[in-house]
Amino acid sequence: MMEMAGTKSRLTWAVNLAVGFLVLLWIIPTFGLLISSFRDRDAISTSGWWTAMSASEQNVIVRADAPDNAVQDGTVWVVSGNVFDSGAGDVTAFGITSREPEAFGPGEVATHAQGYQITVEANGDYKITYTEEPSGSRGQRLFVRAESPPSFTLDNYREVLFAEGMGKALLNTLTVTIPATIIPILVAAFAAYALAWMEMPGRALLIAGIVGLLVVPLQVAFIPLLKLHNNIGIGKGYIGIWLAHTGFGLPLAVFLLRNYMAGLPGEIIESARVDGASDFAIFRKIILPLSFPALASFAIFQFLWVWNDLLVAKVFLGTGEDQVVMTGRIVDLLGSRGGDWEILAASAFVSIAVPIAVFFSLQRYLVRGLLAGSVKGG
Amino acid sequence: MDQLLFAVSTIIVGVFGCVAYFYFSNILLDRIYPASGPNAGANINKANAIRPWLFVLPALLVLGLYLVYPVFSTFLLSMRDSRGDFVGADNYIWLAGDDKFRESLGNNLLWLVIVPAASTFFGLVAAGLTDRIKWGSVAQSLIFMPMAISFVGASVIWKFIYDYRGENQGEQIGLLNAIVEAMGGTAQTWITVPFWNNIFLMIILIWIQTGFAMVILSAALKGISEETIEAAYLDGATPLQIFFKIKIPQIWGTIAVVWTTITVTVLKVFDIVFAMTNGQWGTQVLANLMYDWMFRGSPDFGRGSAIVMVIMLLVTPVMIWNISNAHKENR
Repeated sequence: MMEMAGTKSRLTWAVNLAVGFLVLLWIIPTFGLLISSFRDRDAISTSGWWTAMSASEQNVIVRADAPDNAVQDGTVWVVSGNVFDSGAGDVTAFGITSREPEAFGPGEVATHAQGYQITVEANGDYKITYTEEPSGSRGQRLFVRAESPPSFTLDNYREVLFAEGMGKALLNTLTVTIPATIIPILVAAFAAYALAWMEMPGRALLIAGIVGLLVVPLQVAFIPLLKLHNNIGIGKGYIGIWLAHTGFGLPLAVFLLRNYMAGLPGEIIESARVDGASDFAIFRKIILPLSFPALASFAIFQFLWVWNDLLVAKVFLGTGEDQVVMTGRIVDLLGSRGGDWEILAASAFVSIAVPIAVFFSLQRYLVRGLLAGSVKGG
Repeated sequence: MDQLLFAVSTIIVGVFGCVAYFYFSNILLDRIYPASGPNAGANINKANAIRPWLFVLPALLVLGLYLVYPVFSTFLLSMRDSRGDFVGADNYIWLAGDDKFRESLGNNLLWLVIVPAASTFFGLVAAGLTDRIKWGSVAQSLIFMPMAISFVGASVIWKFIYDYRGENQGEQIGLLNAIVEAMGGTAQTWITVPFWNNIFLMIILIWIQTGFAMVILSAALKGISEETIEAAYLDGATPLQIFFKIKIPQIWGTIAVVWTTITVTVLKVFDIVFAMTNGQWGTQVLANLMYDWMFRGSPDFGRGSAIVMVIMLLVTPVMIWNISNAHKENR
């Protein structure tokens, strides 16, 4: 485009920076939780996730084993052990008084005022050497400055999937999602074709009605349909929720598919009719293949919507292990293990993984569907 | 394993059932009114009159049963009390005097103003900026990504950001408090701070919806004719002037569509409040209040239904606007 030299480069810089900032702002929340889902419990609760990548410095104060437990070794008595009670670390300095907590380097020998000698190795092994048999039940205090390397673990995912029931919930979610995605597409595709290309009285009225239904809050359906489901004997269960999701997804499905099909070239359909093809054949052989982009985009929508749904599942499914979906399980965990971020983070990511994968691989169709539905005539 | 078998077999039965319905009903129609023989002409006409209805019938049945009938049924239910006796407008009168309801309505109005406005604004900014750079499509994907995340997942993500460690409990692990402390402020339990906690909940929905607004507005911006923009350049307009005075007026229609779509989402949203605060600390909204009355403690279907009817009333203008728009296009 025609822009002034000089101002252009500066402006481009500013735009790039602004977009970079915006993108950062938008991905940091997810990124933070993702990092946390790989950290161990202690690390999450003591330091922010943004420190996870760097080696963390920590100051440890430990009490060495009691002098009473000293072991005779030739002419001296020795107390030994390791300053790290779990895991590993790298000692960078240690001290024996609170005034000088970093007075010695690893491996150096510190001499206590009472004459015994103390040394802490880089790997955390400490050794206190007494020249006479010591006594007392309080061990020497050691001040240790240590660096622990960044550590990541899959334990959280293991626990979440196998102990916290997310594995089962994942299966339940799949059971809800797949039929609830396929059935409405089939039903909607036929209806959309009829509304787009077949002569029928009251067609405009039907279309307007469906457009109106797009915004009906699905909450209105809960009580009447729960009663209905109970009366016809399907109660709270998968068949009920499939039907419910089909009903709630249909207005958008018919709307999107009809818009798309109405835009297909009429000549093809007319000439097929002239050649004697039935509407069923036209639908199957011409309309369906040509409508693939719209079908795909609605499929993605419906899939994401059903997968991510909490409310419909809470109402139309039971609360037992064999019916709780992932979103419901996470909400339960928020209540029962609200502070256990390692569990929550891993659970959230188990439930997010599939839709994100679908999203990134099929984004093209999703966007096309959005545009077909929203930017009319544009 | 049983469940998997059950799911797979139901998918097959359901899908084949659908296909079989369409297939056999069409064959049946052709049998009854064959397109040959003595009355071929009349038969074709009759079959053509019936066939569209065969195609739309399943959809109409499901829509009627799952969306139309419930509207009326819920309306009737809203005039009954918890025992099912007819009480007229009592539930609505009770609503008008209920503190929680007023709080919910107030919060909902706040949501209705802030979330669509902020999402559309950020979407517009993101669309305007990403259209001008090379890695724009990558940036758009990343901003769009939260659309794929469930409200519950998003709530977990943001709850972590708002996390608060009390004094003497060590370092702040929530990003917001860490930033606030780094800048010399005092850490807070953000989701219990009156009024502002509403905003913190709204940020979650804004974060999710901005991508949606951006994608649609970006397409609309690309559709603007080059000539008007070039003419403005020649007249010496700055990029900002062009954006606000030339581009935005041309996409008002799309902005309105985005705005109303997000408005409808806001009215129905339940998961975020449910997962974050469950309506405590002054954050109650209508959808969650309704859930409380319908399914928690001692359910009162009448009051729950009355709250749903209020939500229904709030979306009605959008519904009318939608229908009249669609009507205009089909003419």
